[in-house]
Amino acid sequence: MTVGQSPPRVDGVAKVLGTARYVDDLTMPGMWHGATVRSRVAAGRIREIRFNPAFDWSQVTVVTAKDIPGENIITTLEDDQPCLADGIIRHAYEPILLVAAETKEHLAAAVAAIEVIIDAETPILTLDEALNPAQPIFGKDNVFKRYSIKRGSLAEGFAEADVIVEGTYEVGHQEHIYIEPQGMIAWIEQDGTATVQGSLQCPYYIHKAMKRVFNLTEDKVRVIQNVTGGGFGGKEEYPSLIACHAALLALKAGRPVKIIYGREEDIEATTKRHPARMTYRTGVKKDGTLTAMDVTVLMDGGAYCTLTPVVLSRGTLHASGAYRCPAIEIHSTAVATNTPPNGAFRGFGAPQTIWAIERHMDKIARTLDLDPLAVREKNLYTLGDTTATGQLLKESVGSEACVEAAVMASGYWSKRKEYAQPQTGRIRRGIGIATFFHGAGFTGSGEARLKGKVQVDLQPGGRLMVRSGSTDIGQGTETVFAQMAADAAKLPLDMVDVHPVDTHGVPDSGPTVASRTTMVVGSIVADAAAEVAAKVRELTPEGDWAQAADKALAQGPISVLLQYVPPGTNQWDDDTYSGDAYPCFSWGADIAEVEVDLDTMEVTVVDFWAAQDIGKAIHPVMCAGQIEGGTLQAIGWALCEEVVWDKGLIKNNRITNYIIPTALDAPPFHTFLIEEPFSGGPFGAKGVGELPMDGGAPALAAAIEQAIGVCPDSLPLTPERLLEVYRA
Amino acid sequence: MPSLKVNGREVTVMAAPLTRLIDVLREELLLTGTKEGCGEGECGSCTVLLDGEPVNSCLVPVAQTFGRAVLTIEGLGTPERLLPLQSCFISEGGAQCGICTPGMLISAHALLERNPQPDDGAIREAIAGNLCRCTGYQRIVNAIKKAAEG
Repeated sequence: MTVGQSPPRVDGVAKVLGTARYVDDLTMPGMWHGATVRSRVAAGRIREIRFNPAFDWSQVTVVTAKDIPGENIITTLEDDQPCLADGIIRHAYEPILLVAAETKEHLAAAVAAIEVIIDAETPILTLDEALNPAQPIFGKDNVFKRYSIKRGSLAEGFAEADVIVEGTYEVGHQEHIYIEPQGMIAWIEQDGTATVQGSLQCPYYIHKAMKRVFNLTEDKVRVIQNVTGGGFGGKEEYPSLIACHAALLALKAGRPVKIIYGREEDIEATTKRHPARMTYRTGVKKDGTLTAMDVTVLMDGGAYCTLTPVVLSRGTLHASGAYRCPAIEIHSTAVATNTPPNGAFRGFGAPQTIWAIERHMDKIARTLDLDPLAVREKNLYTLGDTTATGQLLKESVGSEACVEAAVMASGYWSKRKEYAQPQTGRIRRGIGIATFFHGAGFTGSGEARLKGKVQVDLQPGGRLMVRSGSTDIGQGTETVFAQMAADAAKLPLDMVDVHPVDTHGVPDSGPTVASRTTMVVGSIVADAAAEVAAKVRELTPEGDWAQAADKALAQGPISVLLQYVPPGTNQWDDDTYSGDAYPCFSWGADIAEVEVDLDTMEVTVVDFWAAQDIGKAIHPVMCAGQIEGGTLQAIGWALCEEVVWDKGLIKNNRITNYIIPTALDAPPFHTFLIEEPFSGGPFGAKGVGELPMDGGAPALAAAIEQAIGVCPDSLPLTPERLLEVYRA
Repeated sequence: MPSLKVNGREVTVMAAPLTRLIDVLREELLLTGTKEGCGEGECGSCTVLLDGEPVNSCLVPVAQTFGRAVLTIEGLGTPERLLPLQSCFISEGGAQCGICTPGMLISAHALLERNPQPDDGAIREAIAGNLCRCTGYQRIVNAIKKAAEG
């Protein structure tokens, strides 16, 4: 058995030798380089495109919207985003033209010889402007989506309260900063098949988008994933654009074309985490018990819809936090602005609202003069509780186990007491906690609609081939799929191969998102592998596996294609937004200990304890790696990551000035894997990918608040912002 | 023809003197293990050793390397014989997406060459110029420590 062990990851050797090939490491005969000409004006209309007559245009390929053979639409949820701007400019990095040339130098010269003249209009740049637009960007009211959740009676809940606590909390954009910038290589096969390979999370999203842009049938579009240098959601929907762009150039140039984004272009043009503003009005009893929660969530979707409705959904469903409350109303809205479209980013709306509810729980504690952990423990969901949508938590609730593990290991109570004593000197210490949950897998009816599939084939000698569209973007999909298939078929790990992700060779398993790969896709990988093994053993119950497999294969191919079927007990109503929002939840308790330097207002994260219930750690080393990496992304978002805007343009479009944490900024991580098995997950496993993004920021804020007595309600907690509230 | 030593072998270079070392490595010598993440010396993915010292190869004009020795990830180990450092990166979870791994390993290798028994602080200092967005660094620190312990 390898599940629960940590075998070497299957791509490990290639990665430590530098032989793993990422898209920019690849070249093709006759390949040219491609680039994108963008607006650089946030809103307006294209008046004219000037090509410098002194430049020799015969040696380059130029593509405009007129060259698109199919529809000028990038398919996601709405049909509002064009592949190339055709007249109207809705954000500053809107792609307008594509250019390809033989060398990078020639390409740069060609791009410099193009001038786009735009008649600028007044852009909508803030949430407040977006709510009352002079001219809506999207639809009639500039709103991408609204949701409402209602449970119990707010009037009754507030009537029972001793105190009413109100607060407003905000978060800004966050850039993914996967270390490998986005890129694609495209070419057209002789039979007309439009083919791309590159850095991506969701091959079938791209497949769908390309079919429409090129007006091609299913079999005439092929998408291949190269080794991908990080994604975090940033390579979920955006790569559809680059793939279509590269393929448009390849089609017109009649040769392969590679587009690799420079870091500036990647920061500017690709998606980011949705900024959000949350308001809370809560009723509480003197002992900290919640009686009513009235919440509004407002998110900035940017210029196009992309996945905003789904991000808003997850944000809404996590807005009341991991806390029971008899009366809850949550009303959420996502609006359009003339900024680059925001999109998927690890946590997908939940880190925004969990920041808010966690800060608000601290405010309740402060108001009632109770310890923040005591207030949380009073309200924390446990087995048998019912959530805001009416979901009964009937199994796999590790909330208390997480708190216990993190509190014990960190010495929370004694440190909390110690740092509450008057502190003197330049350096002040504090410790803080956040408790949270994260819905694993798609929301509500998502999986039933999606019909994710995998196939397992028997190969000569008894080897298994797992075919799935789920991508390994660093998190270790290939390895955990191999582990689960091997254990389910009762075979050694090295008897399992995982097919490269290629739409001509793997079925659509659904996107690699939403912490669903191990829990949802993994469950059918295991089932399919077990079924293949059963077919072999049906014929030859005992004896050598390889011989038995070959005997079975002699009678014909053995292959099992399975489609995911969500547990029949899950009920969800999209109209009332009630029922079982997720198959299950993962749980977490994060504790941060900080030092704040009163001279510089810099925060040092001295130590960090993360205890997270993920059902079953299929590969404990990689699970801990997810938790620590995700937590550091949350710490970066909390302390230093900020996109700085000027008239819809990004001022800090480089890693020099968009700062992510280094090894010296990162705390030592103490990680505890809590395993409360989920009956619907393979081997009991639940999602782990996104949960770690939720707790870091509020745990740090709570620690900072203890250290210096105050903490801002808006992220990031930069020295400037800390100084502002400290002086006040 | 100007030349330099790359991974122990003398190579001549056709590129113009101000060509970035990373471009010569990746495009002329086809050593694509060295990665580009930012092009301005911030991310450290392109780290190589120049006469034993870590440098960002995106900031070094190739002319500065003539007559000198460059070590890239391709010079660190072989599939049959990984360095202990490389094995530890695999067993401890020091590599996830792998894009920072070559530069990270080069910096770690340079550290262990000059300080065979580094403490956590020395390890974090040595890799502070190599950004990783996947791991949170803890498992990279663990891997380097384990390699040092042997």
